[in-house]
Amino acid sequence: MSSRELPVVEESRVRAPAAFGQKLVEHGLSLRAGRVETLQVNVGKLCNQACKHCHVDASPRRTEIMTAEVAEQVLDAVRRFRFPVVDITGGAPELNPSFRRLVSGSRHAGSRVMVRHNLTVMFEPGQSDLPEFFRGHGVEVVSSLPYFLGRQTDAQRGPGVFDKSVEALKRLNAVGYGVEGSGLVLNLVYNPVGAFLPPPQGSIEADFKRELLSRHGVTFDRLYTITNMPIKRFLEYLRRSGNEERYMRRLLDAFNPASVEGLMCRTTLSVDWTGRLYDCDFNQMLGLGVEEGLPQSIADFDPEKFVGRVVSTDAHCFGCTAGAGSSCGGAVVRG
Amino acid sequence: MSYYEEEDLGRFGDVGQHRPDLFEKFMAWYQACQEDGALSRREKALIGLAVAHALQCPYCIDAYSQSCLEAGSNLEQMTEAIHMASALRGGASLVHGVQAHNSVNKVSM
Repeated sequence: MSSRELPVVEESRVRAPAAFGQKLVEHGLSLRAGRVETLQVNVGKLCNQACKHCHVDASPRRTEIMTAEVAEQVLDAVRRFRFPVVDITGGAPELNPSFRRLVSGSRHAGSRVMVRHNLTVMFEPGQSDLPEFFRGHGVEVVSSLPYFLGRQTDAQRGPGVFDKSVEALKRLNAVGYGVEGSGLVLNLVYNPVGAFLPPPQGSIEADFKRELLSRHGVTFDRLYTITNMPIKRFLEYLRRSGNEERYMRRLLDAFNPASVEGLMCRTTLSVDWTGRLYDCDFNQMLGLGVEEGLPQSIADFDPEKFVGRVVSTDAHCFGCTAGAGSSCGGAVVRG
Repeated sequence: MSYYEEEDLGRFGDVGQHRPDLFEKFMAWYQACQEDGALSRREKALIGLAVAHALQCPYCIDAYSQSCLEAGSNLEQMTEAIHMASALRGGASLVHGVQAHNSVNKVSM
């Protein structure tokens, strides 16, 4: 896999901040958050991969990671406010020295813990026991695999990633993950390998199940389809390939008002490696914080103040409302 | 400049500026054909891609390539559909060889 940093480009051209809000008004909709059900913790930008669509611009060269002190502030909030779900992401979150403490502390506090696990990190030094660690803490594993064939997967995630990912999936299966009746959840994530929308979640999940089982003997629970957001590295790809305008038009044309009610930002709070708060991981990457006047740091979080907050939006939000909608839990509108 | 411009596909609706009643009937029929039915959207998109190649319509090739990807097809499957269309075109020409043979036989001793 490549450790090459792709250039970070200025987003201003694609951003028309009022456009998404205007679209909501046209449809008589508004976007306010309810109670926080999921605390999504992004522990930093360090990753063993440098995927071409990554909205975090994560790579092996990045040094921005959550300190033990901030991780303790996060855990303190988890203990005090008992978030039903703690969703740990990165980068490759396992590379953060505080990762295992965050997992065990959150589980101890009674939260369901999801880890955005990129599979290949299992082959990095000191990480070979991850399947057993996940199983020991009842972690729900969510892993990106953009396609069930090597060519497409490697095109997005780097040469050789597909074969390593399949090997990692086999190791997870071997300890019970994704195996029916084990109670150990292994969900996969599909991202389009290019400038197009995801297919219907149910039909592509059936393809993945059939093909991964017949070709590799691999099983898993659910497949989440997630739309590529026109920010950061994927936006750079769109510009480089001359697809930016067409992709944005596709997102706008596919706006589905039925997706707005189920958007993840209504029930998610995102915290970055410094402890700052956002409505979602995408807003985090754009530096688009939670509503002005609210506490901006996890250390100052107060759940009552956050109920009913106006979600911060921008043009990239069209990515979550296109077609069947998109969230970290896959399609929003079930077909 | 070529006769086909990519952005013209987005102007398809302009055709409806004249006799919109006919265009609306066409669009209703066209869109109904795309829906899941006895055939899935994915199968229909592959049929669309194959027909687009048989007709050699650049607009349709662009549109149905995107539709196939968004229905979950991959390039291997799409290429098989294109070969089907091409094989039929080839076969449709070749089978007329019988007609030529008939013509030759009719005037030959």
